[in-house]
Amino acid sequence: MATFILIAVSGLGLGALYFLLATGLSLIFGLMRVLSFAHGAFLSVAAFASWLVLRSDDSPSTWRLALALLAATVLGGALAFVTELAIIRPLKGRELEQLLATVGLGLALVALLAAIWGPDEHLIPRTQWLDSTSSVLGAPIPHTRFLLIVAAALVMAAIRLLLSRSRYGLIIRAGVENSEMVSALGINVKRSFTLVFTVGGMLAGLGGGLAGSYYGGVSPYLGDGMLIFSFIVLIIGGLGSIVGALVAAIVLGLSQSLVNFYVQNGIGDIFVVVLLVMTLLVRPQGLLGQKERLV
Amino acid sequence: MRTPASVQRGLVKRGLVKRGLVKRAAVLLLVVLLALAPFTNRNLGGLLPGPINSAGSLQLLALMLVAAATAVTLDVMFGYTGLLSFGHALYFGFGCYSTVVLSNISSLGFAKGAVLAILLTFVVALAGNAASLRLTGIGFSMATLALAQALAIGVERGFLRSGGEVGVTYGFGVLPGPFVGIANTRNAYWLALALLLAVYALCWLAVRTEAGHVWQAIRENALRTRVLGYDVYVFQLGAGTIACTLAGACGAVYSVVMGGANPSIVVLGYSLSLVLMVALGGRGVLWGAALGGVLYTYLNQRLTALSDSATVTGLPEVIRVPLTQPNFILGVLFILIILFLPAGLASVLGIRRRPRAGRTDQKPRGAAPVPDDRREPALDG
Repeated sequence: MATFILIAVSGLGLGALYFLLATGLSLIFGLMRVLSFAHGAFLSVAAFASWLVLRSDDSPSTWRLALALLAATVLGGALAFVTELAIIRPLKGRELEQLLATVGLGLALVALLAAIWGPDEHLIPRTQWLDSTSSVLGAPIPHTRFLLIVAAALVMAAIRLLLSRSRYGLIIRAGVENSEMVSALGINVKRSFTLVFTVGGMLAGLGGGLAGSYYGGVSPYLGDGMLIFSFIVLIIGGLGSIVGALVAAIVLGLSQSLVNFYVQNGIGDIFVVVLLVMTLLVRPQGLLGQKERLV
Repeated sequence: MRTPASVQRGLVKRGLVKRGLVKRAAVLLLVVLLALAPFTNRNLGGLLPGPINSAGSLQLLALMLVAAATAVTLDVMFGYTGLLSFGHALYFGFGCYSTVVLSNISSLGFAKGAVLAILLTFVVALAGNAASLRLTGIGFSMATLALAQALAIGVERGFLRSGGEVGVTYGFGVLPGPFVGIANTRNAYWLALALLLAVYALCWLAVRTEAGHVWQAIRENALRTRVLGYDVYVFQLGAGTIACTLAGACGAVYSVVMGGANPSIVVLGYSLSLVLMVALGGRGVLWGAALGGVLYTYLNQRLTALSDSATVTGLPEVIRVPLTQPNFILGVLFILIILFLPAGLASVLGIRRRPRAGRTDQKPRGAAPVPDDRREPALDG
């Protein structure tokens, strides 16, 4: 039983990481109809930033960890901000070209990381309390899991507040419905495009900082591996739906970890793809996605 | 606005048949030159690893030809049918791995193994496309990506004798004699050349059949094609299955050129690089895709050598370090192409055809048809 709880909570932690990346991508897709392949690279860059902050200290203080997460978040946001202005905006209205450009950017950024710091993994020292465990129902749960789950819950709450209470949230929600109409009403949709893309980058950055501490190391290819599973979360949850992404992330993280542990390592990853195929066959629009209208 | 019918009329009219003799002669000359390449020992400076007929150069050339053929198959889906696949490496990789793994089974051998592998690839292509085509637009792309990931994970973990991270090579005496050993690299080169010619010819014919015209109509406007009475799903399935099975054949030839299979051809990065090849050369133009494949593979392989050369090592660190990674240069180059040359290199190199009198709606050939994203209505449009 203790093992089961440990694996299940670890799965939730993994789901939390997927959720951080997927929710940003979902917001971006909902509003801008762009699928960003660069956010995996943003995650990797941010993870390296957190490594740079943490590496000097063998057992960093909590403040230093907070600083590392902040640096990762800010750097992820800054990268996304520049990307939106320099690459996405000039290609406005051409979603395919935007997508392809993010593919190129992802490739270049990961290669740059590999060129500067090498392709191998760098260890990240953990804060002491993060390395210890707490007993939940008799199972020793490492604190990194709690950190991830709490972070994902906070992000979910913040996103919902932003969307439901702020003026920008209103514009974003309206833009998801019909961005042309919103701009026809004299509202600057471009600005909310930039905002959403940047928020997506910040979430990827936060995910990078957390993933570095969770796995205890960073490599340039960290983000690309997570990006694939985030895409799967997006499709299963339904493109553009944040609650769908949350549900799918939990289901995916849990089943991936449990199957990987109880059946065979690697089968869990394939099981996730089987889940995806089943979703496609039964409900192509995803759990909470809306059915596409024809006209 | 192009209607499917006008696309059809236009393509019939401007079929290659009516092009000049000069162009046909040039293509023939190029093929003959490529076929004769293993007989020259000319040294092209630092362009190739050695003289043209050295094993290293011939293998590089063979890889470029295989990549060109694979890019052409993807162009049938992406450029002609408007199906952006991020999982083409699944079929290329499956063809490659299954050929090696099946051939290594002693009771099968290479001949039977290769045939069986292609048949299996066909089944996988049919099933994979049937599942992912349940989604349209970007959803399709992501479904293909996820399916390809299943193979990548399986190969990485070494399931089904795939050898894990080191890959799998042909067992001793499995490959037919003419393809074994460094001295016979030229045979592998000719095989790759034959593959490119065969795949190109098949795709060239396929996009000119009636079904091929329907594919292009779907690319321009899927909804309108459906209203005209065509079953869009079936035609997309046909295009996808043909393209993916041919990609499997390319993978089989790749395994002969490399003497085995390795995980680098099944990962997401390889699928993405195939998309980059097509977009680089010009989507919707078969020779553009082939050119993109040749160029991308060449740069990817040779930029590493370039970064070791004296001119680069003398540069300051800020410039030198990024240059050691071919993917950095390729990625940046690709962004620039997308920003400033969205129709790819084919739009620069293509011979622009003058619009016919009275046909104002005809785009110049250089403006490669761009899959119309609006064909799939917005969720809440």
